[in-house]
Amino acid sequence: MEIKLVKNILQANEVIAAQNKELFAQKGVYVINLMGGAGAGKTTLLERTIERLKGKRRMAVIEGDIATSRDAERIAAHQIPAVQINTGGECHLDGNMVRTGLEQLNFDGIDLLVVENVGNLVCPAEFNIGEDAKAMVCSVAEGDDKPLKYPLMFQVSSVLLLNKIDLLPHVAFDVERFRADALKVNPRLEIMPVSCTTGEGLDAWLRWLEERSGIKGA
Amino acid sequence: MHELGIAQSLLEIVEQEARPYEGARVRRIVLRIGKLSTVVPDALRFAFDAITRGGMAEGAALEIEEVPLSIRCHQCEEAFIVEDPFMICPRCGAADVEMISGRELEIRSMEICDGD
Repeated sequence: MEIKLVKNILQANEVIAAQNKELFAQKGVYVINLMGGAGAGKTTLLERTIERLKGKRRMAVIEGDIATSRDAERIAAHQIPAVQINTGGECHLDGNMVRTGLEQLNFDGIDLLVVENVGNLVCPAEFNIGEDAKAMVCSVAEGDDKPLKYPLMFQVSSVLLLNKIDLLPHVAFDVERFRADALKVNPRLEIMPVSCTTGEGLDAWLRWLEERSGIKGA
Repeated sequence: MHELGIAQSLLEIVEQEARPYEGARVRRIVLRIGKLSTVVPDALRFAFDAITRGGMAEGAALEIEEVPLSIRCHQCEEAFIVEDPFMICPRCGAADVEMISGRELEIRSMEICDGD
């Protein structure tokens, strides 16, 4: 006999992501899922963000890595609540792993939670964690062909930080071609060229975050 | 992508659906996988075969329908199947489009029969 279903195979994750989202709404926390390839500059961007938002927004961070707690230690050095999730081999965070991380966080008074995903341009795009928006970091040192090679990640992201623009004189990266390809894949993608080393362009990112993270809470 | 984890999620759904039918064996499972999904059908079959050995779904055929990427243009008010992952209308060039298909990772149906 045939059993008709029509069920998302990843439905179990969607259920948990929705529960996470509900918790975030109750606590008035705006949540970003920060994605990007390994070495694109996600953690450094977070550090610059924390420094500049000090006094304006209260932040917490969940770090996802296969191994080590280096990233959480870097964040904790800024006196920000930080939880490290070690996936042990899983190449992305999912709703359940983030839920486990949430159990170790005190949300009282937090405006903005950034979940830094595992460095990976493929899998994180498929797994919702209950976030309000996905942001991705791509650096000029990674080649300008990434939008066509990894379209799903570009499509699910609301904002893209094109990092390390201070290196442009030294790399063969065509910014206009990259921008054109990225906008073909996602016409609504907000692209922000930045340098976490010089600070150039970060104001636009901080404004973007401030506009969104001040609204939810009391 | 890591099809093993996907295969496990799939097996959990299959076993849950077949549970009311005691002694049943799963013969066939029909899936739809969208073109933009990062799951590779052959890799999924391989992983599924590996984890169903000795169980109620051992030997079950995975029929996978690959769903093309299609978009609807709100200017032309028409839908198009597209080859490239561009959210741009192939006719009028407008970016005012929505994706209709292409991200599916779903189980459509399964066929079970009485156990031996």
